[in-house]
This record gives sequence, C-alpha cells and structure tokens, in this order.
Amino acid sequence: MTESIQVSALARVEGEGGLYIGVDNGRITEVKLNIYEPPRFFEGFLRGRYLQEVPDITARICGICPVAYQMSSVRALEHALGVTVTPAIRQLRRLFYCAEYIESHALHIYMLQAPDLLGHESALSLATEAPEVVHNALRLKKIGNQLLAAIGGRSVHPVNTRVGGFYCWPSPARLAELESEMTWALSFSRQTVKWAAGLPYPDLEVDYEFVAQHHPDEYAFLEGDILNSAGELSPEADFDRVYLEQHVQHSTALHSHTPQGKSYLVGPLARFNLNFDQLGEAAASSAADIKLAPPLRNPYKSLLARAVELVEVTDEALRILQVFRAEGESFIDFELKAGEGGAVSEAPRGSLYHRYRLDEQGRIEFARIMPPTAQNLARIEADLWQLEPQILSKPQADATLLCEELIRAYDPCISCSVHFLTLEIDRR
Amino acid sequence: MPEPRKPTVAVYKFSSCDGCQLSILNLEDDLLALAASVDIAYFLEASSATKPGPYDIGLVEGSISTPEEAERIVAIRRQCTTLIALGTCATAGGIQALRNFGDAKALAASVYPHPEYLDALPTSTPIGAHVPVDLELWGCPVNKHQVLEVIQALLQRRRPQLPATSVCAECKRNGTTCVIVADGVPCLGPITQSGCGALCPGVRRGCYGCFGPLPEAEIESMVPILQAVQRFDGEAGLLLRHISGYAPAFARAAELLAGQETDA
Repeated sequence: MTESIQVSALARVEGEGGLYIGVDNGRITEVKLNIYEPPRFFEGFLRGRYLQEVPDITARICGICPVAYQMSSVRALEHALGVTVTPAIRQLRRLFYCAEYIESHALHIYMLQAPDLLGHESALSLATEAPEVVHNALRLKKIGNQLLAAIGGRSVHPVNTRVGGFYCWPSPARLAELESEMTWALSFSRQTVKWAAGLPYPDLEVDYEFVAQHHPDEYAFLEGDILNSAGELSPEADFDRVYLEQHVQHSTALHSHTPQGKSYLVGPLARFNLNFDQLGEAAASSAADIKLAPPLRNPYKSLLARAVELVEVTDEALRILQVFRAEGESFIDFELKAGEGGAVSEAPRGSLYHRYRLDEQGRIEFARIMPPTAQNLARIEADLWQLEPQILSKPQADATLLCEELIRAYDPCISCSVHFLTLEIDRR
Repeated sequence: MPEPRKPTVAVYKFSSCDGCQLSILNLEDDLLALAASVDIAYFLEASSATKPGPYDIGLVEGSISTPEEAERIVAIRRQCTTLIALGTCATAGGIQALRNFGDAKALAASVYPHPEYLDALPTSTPIGAHVPVDLELWGCPVNKHQVLEVIQALLQRRRPQLPATSVCAECKRNGTTCVIVADGVPCLGPITQSGCGALCPGVRRGCYGCFGPLPEAEIESMVPILQAVQRFDGEAGLLLRHISGYAPAFARAAELLAGQETDA
C-alpha cells in the first residue's frame, strides 16, 4: 500500500520545486507542492528603473520564455503611454512569439514530458532507443531558436525588444534563410500531432474552469480580451481586477479565481478549449486527423494541445516569413507621460499579466507581474487530490511517478514564480 | 581492455532564471555528442535519473540568495573536482543582486504582503564569494559555444580558449559603427567582456554589460564619457547598476559617477 509520497526535487521542470502527499489510514490527508525557488523581488527592483529597461529586466524572470515577458511588459507600457504600433511591428511580434512557442513546446513535448510517457528518464536516454525522434525534435527546437536569434539577436534574453517596437528590423536575408527550414518544421509538427496521439496517457478527467486570451480573428497569444469557460469576456487590462485577488488570511498565498470564485486553469489546454475555432486551417486539420476537439480535459493530454499549437505557430511563422516586409520605422516614437497600463500575453505555459505605473520621466513607480505557473499551482494541487484512487492503489514508486508526471504535464515554470507561494492545503 | 571511465558532469541551479542551463540544452547539434563523451550524472532540468557524487565537473547556475543555498554550495564544492560558475548570476550575483544596493527588507515588503515568511538573505552574491571556483564563465545568458569549449578543454586537459577582448573590439570586427560616437547612445561596450557577439550595438543600442566587466577595464576614463552622452539624468548610473551591477568594477564605476554628480 502506498505510504506518504515525498519528492524532494522535481526533475524536468523549469526551476525548483518539491512535492509532499500525506497518506494516513488509506486516505490522502495532505497535498503540498513546495516551491523553493528563492524569491528574487523583480517587482521591487523594477521601481525607479527607466521604462526601456523593463523588457531587458523582466526577460530575466524566465530563460525559457523571455519573449513572453518582453511582450507582456512592452504592451503594458504602451497601454500606459497610449502608444499603438504599426501593422508591420505587430506582425513581427507575432513571428517572434511563434518562434518562442516552437522552442518552448518542442522542449516540453520531447525533452520534458514525452520521456515520462515512453518510460524514459530523459530525452538523452530516449535517444538511444529512438534517435530519429530526438534528432528531429532537436532540429525543430533549433529552428525556433534560430528564428528568435534572427529577430532578437539571441534566443535566451533577446536584445531587440523595446517599448514601441524593435530597435532594428531583422535582416531580410536571415529571415529568408529560415523559410525552407520552417516548411520542414510545419511538416514535422503535423507528424508530432500524429505521433502524440499514439502515446499512452494516464486517465484523468478534470472539470476545469479555463481562462485564456481570446481574439476573434486569430489564435490569441499577443493581444486580446480574456475569455473563460462561462463565455465571459473581460478586457486584458482588467485581468488582475477580475481574476487576481490577494487573500492575506492564508499567509503569503496569492489565490487566483474566476468571478464565480472557482480556481482556474491557464495554458495550452485552456487555449485549445476556448480558442479552437480560431485555429488556422493547418492546425484544425491536424486536430481533425486525430479526431481531437474540445472538450479536452485530461491534464496529461495537454501535450496534444501543445502539438496542435506547434502546427499553428509553424504554419503562421511560415506565412509571415513569406510575406513580411519591413515598412516604416521599426519603432514608434512617443512622448513620456505619467500613466498606468496592464496587458496580457499567452506565454507557452499560460496567461502572463503585467501592470505598470509610470511617472512623467518614464520611471517605474509600481509593477505587478502574474506569471502563469503561479495561477496554476492551486489547480495542480487540486488535480493531485483527484488522483487519490490511482495513488492509493499503485505501488509506491508508480504512484510517485504518476504524481510527478502530472506536475510535469503542466510544464510548470517555477523560476517564473515571481511571488513566493505558500500553498493552502485543500481539505475537501 | 575495459573502456576508460567517462568524466561525470553535474549541473546545479541556484537563484536564476534557468537560461544558462537551457543554453546547454540549446546546444542541439552538439548535445547528443556531448552526452556521449561525458556521463551527465546530475542534471535535474534534463533528467529524472541522478547518480551519486563525487563528480568530475560541476556546472553551477545562479547566485546565492538564501541561507539554504549558502549551505548547499559548500556541500557541492566538496563533491566536484572542478567547479565552474556559469553565467552572470553565478559570477556577479545577477539581476537579483540589485537588492544589494538598497534596503532588502523594504524591497521584500514592497512585493510580498507577509515578508516575514520569506527565507531570503539580504544579498544575492556570486558563487565565488562562498567557495573557491575554478573558472567563471560570464554572460546573461552564457554563450553556449563557450560552455562547450570549456567542457571540451577539460576533457582534453588543456586551457579553454576564451576571448579576452571587449565588446568594443567585437563591434570593430563586425564592422558596426560606434553607437556612442555616431548616435550619442551610452554604451558599456568599451569596458565589457566580449562573448555575446556585440549584439546590442548590432541593433543600434548601447551594451548593458551582461557579460561583465573586462578585467583591465579603464573605469576612470569611461565614467566621464558615459556621463557626457547620457540622454536623461541618471541614465549612466542605471546602465552600470544592471545585470552585472554587483561586479566590483561596475559597482565602483557607479559609485564614481554618483560621487561626481554630488560634487557638481
């Protein structure tokens, strides 16, 4: 019989965390996901910084998704200043973001989650059994990184993002070089969907409340209102007012919930379920190939949603690479003024909210950052409770692995936990 | 004859963004070859399988910012024959070392409703401030080719070939026009170690020093130049107190600057 489960250091997650599940007398009595990522005080030391430094500083919150941090931060600051970018700048931002999805999803699907489903400890050990799969996965990831570098200078902590646009337009020759590779990336992403459909997923159906950015004309990740499972739309700038409330009575915990008071899920599963109709033709047909459609409510199967998103972003990246023309200036010039603004963008692992208040010199007076993993932590714990029957019926090692696999399926980016969370123990 | 034992490598994370570890996974083309030539014995971000130490090579990402980290790094030093500090968090405390210049308590209170629950040190410090480090590799993030070069050099028992020039020199090699001279933009290129490829001047902006100060940087002559070209009050100071702000040379430059501004 399963005893209490203790995983002191979770592997193949970004950042550091541990898990404790207390079992007493054949019942789960406690579930505790520990984040021991040290607090780094970003919101504190952003105060007093000049606005153009913000995308450089917030990128350092996460090395896996720096573009998400840069995009949410510059868009929030542009809202504070009343700046609207040109269609060319917007299109290049979409392309930049596609590149980050390619790199991050390829990493998560093949190097972090798939080894679990295939009974391997890592992609490196998977490579001894299926070298072709890992070689292709690395090639896909590399294409994402090359596109990031072509636009941003480098893939981790790019240097070309500024409030108002980009410091410089990317070299057309470097973008053109990536077209044929992106054609391959699209076809390999379609294969990934088919391959992913054949993987063995543990059973678990969760009645999630989904929250994701939504845009009527495109698969949203750069801008748009916020949509939830109840069909309610709210402006992205109001994200913290609608979804985030601080409950100080539970120590440092920052609980997020919907207006109905439910805990909610952000990330690929939420986007897939809420924005299925906005998927492009390529991604929609890939999903149809494997008969995948909402509702998709198994957290382990978020891998399938990621795979479909890979088709979506490689397809869009290819289209933009084919048509992109650098028209006009690469950034909008603006007058400094005092103001406040908020914005959301969809990091690969979920909605990322930034809010800033500026003084008339362009210095930050106040910053608030809500990363996706911080919003999902309560959900992960609730899912672990729901695994009780499986946890109790399996041998200790298998039960532990099942829990670890669930956490990894969320693609938690623990480095991102800008806020240190002490998690409340759910006692249902 | 039995095969010679492969050198064991361990990768550790302290206070950081994971970007330098990711740079190892981003080696893509060389990753599988690297994995074949060494025994990656401990790398939690990549693998759930770990082997017990001691290890031949330890790669450390991140800075020391909690009491637990200060203890853990001492134990890790004992486990690793060669210890390499990977990236600017590990070599200079990183962006989170900005807290070292202010009131850490006030900073914590500004972010968290209950700072008393936090278990953080008042400072974020480099690995070398706690244990002897055999090699420091700067960068935010590190240059992945430099990581590979260092590991290869260790395997071949030779000295790693790392550039010893400034970002300024890289600009000249790239044919990039000087942003200070041509655009009047403050730039740390003349006093910053090369390794990034002079990316920032390449997109017409000033270097913000993420590869850390050049060992022989002429701080005294650079400070007045930065002061002369800054576009708003305090710009040069912010530039110095940034990613590598806690590196002694940049910290001294920021103090010099502040001193001159008080004098004026």
